[in-house]
Amino acid sequence: MITHSNISPILRFACRSAARIIQVFGVYVIVHGHYSPGGGFQGGALLAAAVFLLRIGEGREHSQRDMPSRVTLLLGSIGVLVYGAVGLLTIATGGRFLDYDAVPLPGLSLDDRHYWAILVIELAVGLAVMAILVGIFDRLLQRFHHD
Amino acid sequence: MLLAAFFGVLVWASSHLAPVGDPDAPLHREISPAGTPVAGAHYIHESYRDAHTENMVTVVLADYRAFDTLGETVVVFAAGVGVFLVLARRKA
Repeated sequence: MITHSNISPILRFACRSAARIIQVFGVYVIVHGHYSPGGGFQGGALLAAAVFLLRIGEGREHSQRDMPSRVTLLLGSIGVLVYGAVGLLTIATGGRFLDYDAVPLPGLSLDDRHYWAILVIELAVGLAVMAILVGIFDRLLQRFHHD
Repeated sequence: MLLAAFFGVLVWASSHLAPVGDPDAPLHREISPAGTPVAGAHYIHESYRDAHTENMVTVVLADYRAFDTLGETVVVFAAGVGVFLVLARRKA
């Protein structure tokens, strides 16, 4: 059993620092997908990698406050539902499914509505990918954990 | 033997591909050999005007093909749910 006390402070510090950098880079990859290669799937995988590093470096219990295992499926559902909700919203405001011309953002031109809708979509995808990857990782580990 | 034959087929087929960046390749023309407009030309012309976004790949992924991307996200989600169900904590 790995506890907090028998993990080297150097290892903890290194993992924690690296994970924060990876998380910042993951958010950058998601929101900068408009201008460079990147987007929700890639950025979500990076965010999940940061949580994996914390899980490995700090032990499962102590990384729970960064990303609790029990909320992973919930967060994944929220990501998928936000994506679907944007599609239904555009139907509700008179467009077709995922027709961003109909996104109700007053004062924005049509192309800027597309811009912001794409950003929302990418964030939802990133959230879903991160949460599901972390959830799968935790589920695969838990059988070893309870032995 | 089978692998070698398949490799040979692949090499033979790839030697007939158009050169990278060839503007006369059927894929890169505005009108395909069948006489229909090519989607890629439309994306290149219109993606910045439609979505104010410089990365054409993002526009195609999240705007023109947004329904497809929704499906991809649901596939990822379904994979996660599948793992959750298969590896559900058993009282053993």
